[in-house]
Amino acid sequence: MLKLEHISKTFNPGTVNEKKALSGLSLHLEPGDFVTIVGSNGAGKSTLFNAIAGGFYVDEGSITLAGEDITFQPEYRRSRVLGRLFQDPMRGTAPHMTIEENLALAYLRTAKHQHAFFSRTSKADRALFRDQLARLEMGLEDRMGQPVGLLSGGQRQALTLLMATLVPPKLLLLDEHTAALDPGTAEKVLRITREVVAEHRITTLMVTHNMHQALELGNRTLMMDSGNIILDVRGEERSGLTVSGLLERFRAGAGKNLDNDRILLS
Amino acid sequence: MLTIIRAALEAGFLYAPVAMALFLSFSILNIADMTTDGAFVLGSAVSAMMCLSGHPVLALPAGMLAAAAAGFITAFLQTKLSVPSILAGIITNIGLYSVNLMVMGKSNQSLFQTDTIYTLAKGAGFAGSWYKLAVTALIVLALAAALVLFLGTRLGLSVRATGDNMDMVRASSINTNFTITVGLCLANAMTGLAGAMAAQYNTFADVNGGTGMVVLALAALVIGETLIGKGGMVRRVAGVILGSIIYRLLYAAALRCQVPADYMKLVSAVIVAAAIAAPEVRRWAAFQRRKAAARAERGGM
Repeated sequence: MLKLEHISKTFNPGTVNEKKALSGLSLHLEPGDFVTIVGSNGAGKSTLFNAIAGGFYVDEGSITLAGEDITFQPEYRRSRVLGRLFQDPMRGTAPHMTIEENLALAYLRTAKHQHAFFSRTSKADRALFRDQLARLEMGLEDRMGQPVGLLSGGQRQALTLLMATLVPPKLLLLDEHTAALDPGTAEKVLRITREVVAEHRITTLMVTHNMHQALELGNRTLMMDSGNIILDVRGEERSGLTVSGLLERFRAGAGKNLDNDRILLS
Repeated sequence: MLTIIRAALEAGFLYAPVAMALFLSFSILNIADMTTDGAFVLGSAVSAMMCLSGHPVLALPAGMLAAAAAGFITAFLQTKLSVPSILAGIITNIGLYSVNLMVMGKSNQSLFQTDTIYTLAKGAGFAGSWYKLAVTALIVLALAAALVLFLGTRLGLSVRATGDNMDMVRASSINTNFTITVGLCLANAMTGLAGAMAAQYNTFADVNGGTGMVVLALAALVIGETLIGKGGMVRRVAGVILGSIIYRLLYAAALRCQVPADYMKLVSAVIVAAAIAAPEVRRWAAFQRRKAAARAERGGM
């Protein structure tokens, strides 16, 4: 589904702040893969996501998504088949627009609406939005006319998740999307994530700093350090792995302890 | 008195499209579009020349189209060439001065004894002695309805979201360069319409007729937003038109109080600065009160 071939990216080349954020990283994802990613601070996890989503173009290497070479495709074009959630719940929604208007924008990605600039939200669309909102069990379906700015962080993140998957994307990128939420809300958003991903068998990459989550969720776990993948476990090898085993493997691969000031070990 | 109020209403509607343009570019897209002054004159100039060649009705869409082209240039500089948005508008604006002279062939054009939409309405006996107000108000209300309808379409929603959260817009597979361009073209088209109507209303077009237009319109916009507040799009657009009318009533009142017409731009500047600064001043005053209260409490112990 996703094929990264030797991608590299250096920020501020030729200056004292030069930083090699990705160094020849390769990764192949099968359709339906749900991959969790852990890594030390500055390992390049968010940079990897940015490279895939098109926040910048990679210096070297190629990116192929569902058979299409997207290496030089601009960000907004890739967004047609990509869903993306950030740690900051404020980034995914427009605060001064209503819930319905936000959903209508997300719905733009369907081929049908791609070029229908002047189409308006129909009754059928509204009914669909209502049904989808009801699944969140947050009562948002009765508040569709309210500006999103009035919602809590958790509600906004749940809404963003819904927007990202309303039209099932080919690839879903989750960048610590529950890290800024309180434990109860985080659990709820995680549950919805699991359901939506399973229902549409969406290929998913998820960065987390919760080691337990990294092993429990999905079918494959990656560890990153210094702009590359140093550990890739799946199948039986993965199901037999404990958190301390994972840390041990990291030490063996990176030659140092996992250094992440927000890591959760339990 | 009635004539004064009628004149103020006429001017309020006449300049309302400029305030609506700033509503789109400044309030919604969050871009201070400095093309406004020049685009207004471009609309006037094109309209005047069209009237002189006998097409007063076609003059309005022609003025809009010309001004939209000016907006496109500002948007192009900003989105494709990374010129800072305020500078992009200023550059286009200064260039437009020469363009406007080229269009008119001289620094002003009189439409005296030329057919305009107003003389046509008068000749047809439309709305009696209120024909000027009726014609202007009809056009502006039609424009307002079109604007509200547009903001509810998917393209309109994309433009609104671009000013609200650019990250999210890109994630929704919308090209922000495109939405900014659409927004600026439409905003300037509205400004051009105001210019086109103003030339016919005043029966002349002057190359300096747009000076300070952006601040006057901003005053109207700020008055409207302060009075009406936030809400749905219908409410907000209505507020902008109301703001424009109130501004012109204040203007008329000031003139009645023997304030020289030359001072009105200063008055407008003060209104805009005061209205935009008001929240900050309120915060400062609240902080000073808190400080004084805390000091008094400590002194009492």
